Amino acid sequence: MPIFAPVGQIFLTFLALVGRVTVFAGRTIGHMVTPPIYFRLIFKQMREIGYFSLPVVAMTTLFAGMVLALQSYSGFSRFSAESAVATVVVISMTRELGPVLAGLMVAGRVGAAIAAEIGTMRVTEQIDALVTLSTNPFKYLVVPRVVAGLVTLPVLVLIGDIIGVLGGYLVGVNKLGFNDGSYIRNTFQYLEQLDVISGLVKAAVFGFIITLMGCYHGYHSRGGAQGVGQATTNAVVSSSILILISNYIVTELFFTR
Amino acid sequence: MSNPAKISLRNVHKAFGPKKVLQGVDLDVAPGESVAIIGGSGTGKSVTLKCVLGLLTPDQGSITVDGIDMTDASQAERDAMLAKTGMLFQGAALFDSLSVWENVAFGLIEGRGMKPRDARDVAIARLEDVGLGSDVANMSPASLSGGMQKRVGLARAIATEPEILFFDEPTTGIDPIMGDVINDLIVKCTRELGASAMTITHDMASARKIADRVAMLYQGKIIWDGPVSEIDTADNPYLQQFVAGDIEGPLELDLKHL
Repeated sequence: MPIFAPVGQIFLTFLALVGRVTVFAGRTIGHMVTPPIYFRLIFKQMREIGYFSLPVVAMTTLFAGMVLALQSYSGFSRFSAESAVATVVVISMTRELGPVLAGLMVAGRVGAAIAAEIGTMRVTEQIDALVTLSTNPFKYLVVPRVVAGLVTLPVLVLIGDIIGVLGGYLVGVNKLGFNDGSYIRNTFQYLEQLDVISGLVKAAVFGFIITLMGCYHGYHSRGGAQGVGQATTNAVVSSSILILISNYIVTELFFTR
Repeated sequence: MSNPAKISLRNVHKAFGPKKVLQGVDLDVAPGESVAIIGGSGTGKSVTLKCVLGLLTPDQGSITVDGIDMTDASQAERDAMLAKTGMLFQGAALFDSLSVWENVAFGLIEGRGMKPRDARDVAIARLEDVGLGSDVANMSPASLSGGMQKRVGLARAIATEPEILFFDEPTTGIDPIMGDVINDLIVKCTRELGASAMTITHDMASARKIADRVAMLYQGKIIWDGPVSEIDTADNPYLQQFVAGDIEGPLELDLKHL
């Protein structure tokens, strides 16, 4: 049966990959909680991953909030539910669009950069050099990035949520003719703590996934410039897909009972 | 050999999938001795070195450093071994995110916990040892020439005053004169430290200059091992072909036709 052989082959390769990523994640978590911890490098990566991603996340969420107000207004006016626009904007932003859009943008920006940097260090033997200089590459390279992703993504998403709601407000008040006081009141009236919290939990999960996949693919890259390019692509694609999958899983954990 | 070997490889095997790279390597390096492993491209010289460093795990056989078997050593024993080794990589492998002096001081700061201010002074002294002025200390490794990068790599390898030094193709990729400078520096540094050294190279001029003893690796085994003074007179057709650099001879080249 020549049809089934390749299918089985792909399935086995996939299982092996899942196993390797899981072992990599386990080692990372193990090194996260045992000394030495390079706080200086964690702060450096927080600046790199968090602070420098602010413009990208701000632009994305601003326009997402704006278009959301516009779209939900034109949709909801069909059954005279225009007053729900503010609520729809804030709940969509905090639960879904804030974390997912920020996650995908950061995956493209940071995941690729991590994979390229660590991949280049791998192929130029810099990672081997770390080992010969009595420094664990997991602690020195992987842990600072993963911790920074885990910590800064929720902060980024919180800022993104606020900017997204602001975008909806700007369109709602200036373009769609809402009263500014009632728009703000509607924004907060039906908003629950869990809406925001679930979004921030998602952000932390995405931050872990992005940095872990970037590190994993970079760490295991081989074969010169082409290998590093491949690692970069794989890091972005795999983290984007995992973001969307884990997004569903976290949503289900939070909102179905 | 009367005194116990610093590094000792016994029957080391390593394969990557179906490709058997090492098929029973036996080699000893005595304390203070400098051994060069020579051999053609792809004969497993780098793999041998990486097995000793613990970057690769051999499939079979034992590698002892100071009497401790590294193939089943604890992490602490491994760390202790790495703490007394230094390595110069083929492409220097300098950290491009750090400046030159931070590269040289890396092992002192991260490995030994030395204060950066003190480590900087040591780094500048080591840079002087390899003929580089303090003006390069704050430069980025990427802005240095290949020969300078190699010398910075050498300064980094000797900064922690290791007992064992590894050199991976120290003269590859640089001009012959700079290659000779590097060879002289390697000899000088190893002597001053009294370190044992293991060099892998296919450059015979370099091997003659650096090594006390030469071992030739071919088809995964050491096929000749003797003092550097005997490489021209030894009765081994494989060695003679390699030393002379002839196409004709018993060495099976990885060429289909020429």
